[in-house]
Amino acid sequence: MSRLPLDGIRITDFTWAWAGPYATMLLAFMGAEVIKIETNKRPDHARLRALATGLGSKDPDLSSIFNDLNLNKMAITLDLAQPKAVALAKRLVGISDVVAENFRPGVMNRLGLAYDALKEVKPDIVMLSSSSLGAVGTESKYAGYAPIFAAHGGLAYLTGYPNARPVPLMGSSDLRSAATSAFAILIALYHRARTGEGQHIDLSSVETISVLIGDALLDYIMNDRIPIRKGNRDEIMAPHNCYPCQGEDKWVSIAIASEEEWQSFCDALGNPPWTREEPFRDAYRRWQNQDELDRLIGEWTINYTHYEVMERLQQVGVAAIPSFDGTELFQDPHFKERGLATEVIHPKIGKRIVLAPPWKFSDTPAQISRRGPLLGEHNEYVFGDLLGIPKAEVAQMEEEGVFY
Amino acid sequence: MIKIEPPHVGDEARRREPFLNDVPHPERSGFFFYLNTNKLGITLNLNTTTGRKIFQELVKESDVLVEDNPPQAIKELGLDYESLAGINPHLIMTSITPFGQYGPYRDYKAYHLNTYHGSGVAKVLASILPQDTPMPTKGPGFLGDYDCGLNAATATMAALYACLFTGRGQHVDISKQESLIATERIEMDMFGNNERGSTVWSQYMVGGLQRCKDGYVMITLGGTHHWEGLVKLLGNPDWAQDEKYKEEMNTYIHAQEINRHIAEWMINQTKEDVYHRAQALNCPIGMVTTVEDLVTSEQLQVRGFFAEVEHPEMGKFKCPTASYRFSKTPLRIERPAPLLGEHNEEVFGKRLGYTREELARMRGAGII
Repeated sequence: MSRLPLDGIRITDFTWAWAGPYATMLLAFMGAEVIKIETNKRPDHARLRALATGLGSKDPDLSSIFNDLNLNKMAITLDLAQPKAVALAKRLVGISDVVAENFRPGVMNRLGLAYDALKEVKPDIVMLSSSSLGAVGTESKYAGYAPIFAAHGGLAYLTGYPNARPVPLMGSSDLRSAATSAFAILIALYHRARTGEGQHIDLSSVETISVLIGDALLDYIMNDRIPIRKGNRDEIMAPHNCYPCQGEDKWVSIAIASEEEWQSFCDALGNPPWTREEPFRDAYRRWQNQDELDRLIGEWTINYTHYEVMERLQQVGVAAIPSFDGTELFQDPHFKERGLATEVIHPKIGKRIVLAPPWKFSDTPAQISRRGPLLGEHNEYVFGDLLGIPKAEVAQMEEEGVFY
Repeated sequence: MIKIEPPHVGDEARRREPFLNDVPHPERSGFFFYLNTNKLGITLNLNTTTGRKIFQELVKESDVLVEDNPPQAIKELGLDYESLAGINPHLIMTSITPFGQYGPYRDYKAYHLNTYHGSGVAKVLASILPQDTPMPTKGPGFLGDYDCGLNAATATMAALYACLFTGRGQHVDISKQESLIATERIEMDMFGNNERGSTVWSQYMVGGLQRCKDGYVMITLGGTHHWEGLVKLLGNPDWAQDEKYKEEMNTYIHAQEINRHIAEWMINQTKEDVYHRAQALNCPIGMVTTVEDLVTSEQLQVRGFFAEVEHPEMGKFKCPTASYRFSKTPLRIERPAPLLGEHNEEVFGKRLGYTREELARMRGAGII
């Protein structure tokens, strides 16, 4: 049996919503054993509602969004308002390699579960704290969700069109923050494996977004310029846009970077006379006249499906790819051959298709082996088998509401 | 990190804006400056036999090789994973391409615009664009390429970590399309299960994007306690006392009506003032920041988000660093992005043992 990259790594996971859970799920895809701590008082809010979709449910085990963000994980319940529950959480940390949390800065400290306290029980623990704006600074306790990360991180201002409002991306900003968290944890694990030293990671979700516009930040730093939204357009390339195709709301993206590509493109179009006219004669003229250029190209693309345009242009070495929607992707031959969808069976939701991990490892393939956990599903395994608490004691604590 | 560029022309990013004072120059691209801090830079012509031989010597000494050539091209050069693993069985080779190492689109050409649209995320974004937007639209700048870079870095770290225990290298196949699809996992899973991909719902968010006197803010409420904070921010207006709004955070019925009220108030406020006052009332509001807001942000400064980097051709500039602070292994700025071929002598001479004479001849022959 092939090994997974993080076989043998255990993560105590206090995270909730999207940005934390997606991070630990990525590590669970790589083989980490992730134990998620929740409470019936306040289950992960992805179990109950979703800002991005408006889906809501009274049953915490019916949320498909929760399932999709917590594959491969186990889940236990601990009411951290109770000292005994905190003590149990610490025992779990004592046999873990990583702790992840995304409460507002200060909450873990209040619970007695700050890095310094956890280091006492596990000196080489790697701990990730993910928050909106990081753990230090006057704005550190400010609250945020994904659209706020997109807005405050600087991405929204640059998304959309110059004469229209900015566009805050929604859930994807949480997943970007999460992907960064997973990366940072891996760095810390690598350092630990080589030196034996654990550490704390303080991550700002807003900053995970700001690093994605580094070139725009430098335009201000170097030239005092404040770049604005540009739609599909590029600084240099033209054509560089989406063009209408046969069917309802069907589009193909075409980008041309060189004179050679332009010639091939013109050939594919059958060299209509306009391609030789003065306004389109060189790359700079095309860039200057791209409104008209786009209109003329659209008159050609509209005669074909987006797949047909892709095939015709790719044959001559021109970058043309449809602007797919999700439904088309799941039917697309490339998507299928790459095995990008996996099926899991959930006892309450039933059969569910989920995206496969976004990496192909030749030696240690990542995998989806289990659907998302029910609330408290693994209490017996974790408290009994892992922590070795006698049955009578478990029953006693159950009575006291420690596991609620 | 040793970056290999083709002699004379260098990385395409050297020809990308922003340029210092808007004067294009291969050593003055802010884009290249940002993406290549701390790397050594060498030039090597892989289309020559000697160039490939030197490359193989480097691979032998390396833990990781990251490359983004078309799969067919790397094979034709004889530098594919199977060949290189023969030289260095511990090698982690991460290959980044638009559509991955196999599949019908493997050899298709795609720039950032195309991978962004080909991943389906532009259609997801389209659902939250203003309704009169004519077409699906890509994320700004090179967003999708940055996403892919992070995804590749994560996979590479995982492979390196695994190698500590298995002693084996491996090939990591990263597709730009798949990296982008992953950024909209929740929406995509809905499509996969024939549920509506429904970010359109953002129209029914209480608050959402709101215009102020000097820009925009984003209001995102997570529950009734946040709604109460918002009402306080607005000065407890009469309309907000209406019983029908009490359950709004559970029902989402009156958002459009409420948002009209918020808009009337908001247009007379400044974004920074709203931001701080709202947060003090436990109401999650963020500013729609411009790059100026970010570069001058006190919070980012306290966090040390920007580092001063001195570059021999450009001078000293702030440069964005990373979103995470490691308590034991903080990141260090060791050197600015390399000039083209800046470290040829150090790498080819000191590390691989070529003499100055040999280097001069190789330079003359167009190999380095």
